[in-house]
Formats: sequence, C-alpha cells, structure tokens
Amino acid sequence: MSVKSSDPTSQDQSDLFTGDGASHKPKQSVQGTPAKAMPAFILGEELADLADHDSRIVVVTADLASANRTVDFRARHPDRFFDFGIAEKNMVTAAAGMAACGHIPFAATFASFLGILCAEQIRTDCAYPNLPVRLVAHHSGISMGFYGTSHHALEDLAMMRTIAGLTVVCAADANALRSILRASLNHPGSIYIRLGRGRDPVVYDAPPADFAFGKAIRLRDGADLTIIATGAEVYPALTASEKLLAQGVTARVIDMHTISPLDKAEIRAAAAETGAILTVEEHNITGGLGSAVAEVLVECDRIPFARHGVPDEFAPIGPPAALYAHYRLDSDGIASRAMELLRRA
Amino acid sequence: MVEDSNPRDLGPRHGRNVSPEFLADRAMFVRTETVRLARIAGAGHYSSTFSAAELFAALYYAHLRINPAEPKWPDRDRFVLSKGHAAIGLYPVLADLGFFDPKLLDQYTRFGSPFGDHPDMKKVLGIDFSSGSLGHGLSVGVGMALAARVQQRGNRVYCMLGDGELAEGQIWEAAMSAAHFRLASLVAIVDRNGLCIDGHTEEVMGIEPLQDRFAGFGWQVSRIDGHDFGQILSTLDNLAPPGRGKPQVIIADTVKGRGVAMMEGVLNWHVGNLESADYDAVMAELGAGLKPAVWEHPT
Repeated sequence: MSVKSSDPTSQDQSDLFTGDGASHKPKQSVQGTPAKAMPAFILGEELADLADHDSRIVVVTADLASANRTVDFRARHPDRFFDFGIAEKNMVTAAAGMAACGHIPFAATFASFLGILCAEQIRTDCAYPNLPVRLVAHHSGISMGFYGTSHHALEDLAMMRTIAGLTVVCAADANALRSILRASLNHPGSIYIRLGRGRDPVVYDAPPADFAFGKAIRLRDGADLTIIATGAEVYPALTASEKLLAQGVTARVIDMHTISPLDKAEIRAAAAETGAILTVEEHNITGGLGSAVAEVLVECDRIPFARHGVPDEFAPIGPPAALYAHYRLDSDGIASRAMELLRRA
Repeated sequence: MVEDSNPRDLGPRHGRNVSPEFLADRAMFVRTETVRLARIAGAGHYSSTFSAAELFAALYYAHLRINPAEPKWPDRDRFVLSKGHAAIGLYPVLADLGFFDPKLLDQYTRFGSPFGDHPDMKKVLGIDFSSGSLGHGLSVGVGMALAARVQQRGNRVYCMLGDGELAEGQIWEAAMSAAHFRLASLVAIVDRNGLCIDGHTEEVMGIEPLQDRFAGFGWQVSRIDGHDFGQILSTLDNLAPPGRGKPQVIIADTVKGRGVAMMEGVLNWHVGNLESADYDAVMAELGAGLKPAVWEHPT
C-alpha cells in the first residue's frame, strides 16, 4: 500500500468549492499533466439512487450544492431538492418540519456550520422530537486547512454525542458513507453523519455489508495494542498498523464509526485482549472519540491508554497536509504515537 | 365543535357554522382554563395566552382543517405554535375538540404529565411540533409547507409567532426562504401584543414598521384587530389559496393580558401566579365577559 500518494494529508484542496473532482474529468495541473484522480464524492449520486426507490427522501443544503455534490441529487430529483442559501439554522429546522410531515431529509453542509452553528436546532428541533433528520456534516476536523478555525470542526463530536437519542456516526470513506446512508433509511431518530472531505482514500473496497449503527468494524487484528479510529483517521490508522508491523508490533485496528451509541463491548474486548488502546480522531481530544472510549475504560481494569487528536487549542493556519503532520494525525504520527504508548506499557 | 366524520369532506375552511357568541365563549374558555391550569402549576404565562385567546378560538373552532378523530390525518392543516409559552391556552382547546381526555389536564405540569409549559409533539395529540425555543417556528412552517408541495397536498401551514421573538434572526431567514420558495400555503400570524419580558418591544428591540418589513421580505401582509372575530375570520376566509405565491402574514394587534383588567399591558404578568383571592376575582371577571380594553399598546 502506498501511503504517501493517497494519504489524506497529502491532498490539495483545489476542488473544495467547485466540487469538480474525480467524479467528472480529471483536472489539469499547472504543468498541463492530468492531476491525480481523487475518489468521487458520492453523496448526491447515492442519495439520488436511494430516492429512486424511496419517496420519503428529500435533500437540502446551504449554498454548497457543488462542494458536497448534492447537485447530483438535484439533477435527478429537482422537485425534492431545496437550497436554503447561507442560512443553515433555517435549513435544519425546516428539515425537521419536513420530517414531521413524513419525509427523511438529508441536510448537508460543512461540519463547522452544521454541528457547531446549528447545535441548538439539531438538539431541539431534530433530536428532541425524535425526527428522522439526517445531518450530513462534511469537511470535518482540520480538513479545510488554511481556511482557518471558522471552517474547522474540532468540537462537533463532543457537542453532538451529549444530545440524547442522537446517533452520531463518522464515515471512513465513500463506501462507508454508502452503507451509512442506506442504513439510515431504516433507523429511528436523528443521525449526525460526519464526513471528511468526501473524497477520502479507500478503506472499504465495497460498502461494508454487515454495517450497523453502534457496531464497530474490526479491520485488522493484532495482539500488542488496539488503535481505535473514526472517520478520516481510519485510513491513516490502517497504514500506521503496517508501519508498526515492520517494527514487529501487531495492532488491532477498529473503525469506531458510531460515536453514539458507542460499541462498549468492542472496547472492553480490545482492552482485555490486546492490553493497550490508542484512540485517533481529528477532533479536540476533549469530548470526542477518545473521551468516549475513556468513559468505558475507566470502569475496566487499568491498561495503557492514550487519546490522540488535536489538543485543546485552535489549529494554526496551513495546508491540510501540514496540519495533519503538525498534529501527528498522519500514518507516521499515529505509528510513532503507538510506539510511545507501548514503551509506557 | 368539529362534527365531520369524513375528514376529506370537511368543506370550505370557513364552513363551520359557529356563531360569534360561541367563539367568544370559547375564547373566554381559553382564558379561564389558563387561569385554572396555572394554579396547578403554581406559575403560568397568563398574559401572552390571553392576547391570543380570540386567535386560538377562531382558528380551531372555525377555520383549521383538522379532525380530532384522525389526529395524524396527512392532509390536515398544520398549526405551529412558535410562541410555545402559550400552550397553556391551546391544550384546553385540543381537549375540548376531542384530541384527548380533558381530565388529563388536571395533572398539568405535574411529574410525568404530557403537558409542560411548552408543548411536546411526542406527548400531546394535536400538537404538530414541539416548541419553546423562540425563533424556530417559522422555519418549521417552511419545512411543512415544502413537504405539502412535494407530497402535492392542499393543506395550509399556520404558524403563530410572538412579537418579541421577531428579534430572532432565524425568523427572517425563514421569512426570506418562504418568499423565495413561493409558499402561499404558509400563513404566519403575529400576536402583536406589544410586550416582551423586559418591556415594550419598541423599547427593548424595535420590530416596527412590521408591515413594511414583511412586505419587503416578499410577504402578503394583513393587519387586524386580533380580538375582533369579524376581522379575524374575514381575513382567514380571504387568504389566497395554497400553492405557489406570496406567503401570507396576519399581524394581529392584541392586548397582552386581554380580559383581566389588572393584567392588561402590565409587564409583571408575563409569568405569574394568582393567589387565591385574586384567583376568585379573576375568574369572576372573566365569567362576566370581555369588557373594553383598558390598555392598548402604541404601534
């Protein structure tokens, strides 16, 4: 597996606002050679496919239809697509109103403007009435790089996972997202679906067939420690496990896609069977995946444990690759962090 | 009372042959029940419910296309009480119409009751959306009106707003989108009682000129006396048909605390609790019927 060429930290962001990525023609680089093909952002196409067979589905966004490819849904189901302009709170509450009339609305925008800006609308208008609103929060964490803190979302998991009854799930890649979207049609209540850039490197060759909310996926087994990752950190966690193998360390790797409700049994099993746990997330280590796992481990026998993520600070300015490297959230960083944990053990 | 057995044959929206006397009696029922229930709770939003009493009565007894025998009827009109703190006056109406047993209200706000100060759609039949956080309701109405369009239904969505909550920015996001999407099926009703908690709206955070503001956002605007059944009903009867067109707002000038002289236009009665001597006096005053208002807000 080539790490550097497909690591999310090495991607540029030139497609952010046009959404004109690999789902269409490859872009030309400055030198005139075809740019590296990126995975397609499948959100709009997948929802359009599902909507062909499910009249409950409607899609709303807030002036980001190109960036999140909900334009692909609009092209096929124009009567079931509504762009609310830059008015996210109105969009989320209106989605709740549609859900109260029998629809399954998918509301998509940047994670910073969904989970953080609209936290109260999600809590009070979606989760409290237990309505089937699907909140698709893309460009999570620091994936927007130099756009800065206003466009980062390092707090949303902490905020969302304390909302009663709200399912919080992170997609590791396009196929994971497909499984999440499909499963969401038969899942009660509201769901916060957190994505990376939507064009994340491939973790799953096909949509995981046995996907279920609240049931973690064990991607690789190992005996020396367990790396529990979520969302865009699953891929670098996997590649980190290969680097560890070269050093004689075998790591179990878990895609903890659902942050709430958490798969506590899988965490307890990892603690008992591998004896050390490292959590990896592109989120403030306060309140996110690491904190959620810690809440389980504190009631288990003590084992070496570390939360790996962004410390309690606002990230500096820089390209995404530089930020992921700075916070050691790339595969090299994760591998070295795992070794530090094992030396502590 | 709604007598229709077949909800699809409810007839014209204004077709319930109810007399003005009956509506006036039901508006007074809203007030007396509010006083009774607030005593159970030990506190209640009297005055902002009294200002909406005639609006509740006109909507629920003479206008809305609803059927208590089929509370989830998909083609029903929706009513979103964005000013959720007036739920204390809406619950008795829903009980009276047959959505649930009126005896349930005797446990209003007591532990485990479905009835809180702000309404919960999961617990109370007839409540179309949970509310309480001001500024959200009009967005809910936008979503419901869009759903009606997608599902090709002919219902309307009514949303009652307080005047104080018009300071919330989300209201104007919703107002903009309702006009953009041409949601003629969306009808906003502003209970313009003039007061929010800290004082007169124009002193706390001015919302006038309200007609111009809604018109500027692309709405069809009516302004009426919100205690006059003639004006309320004729405005409701003459709404443009649901479909594509301007959303419609009825700015109903009302008196906060209307019906109880000591509460009319008095700030302290936004939330209050009547002690027993006052309770009896207020009930007697309401029982004698509505007198001319002692206070009118300057708008």
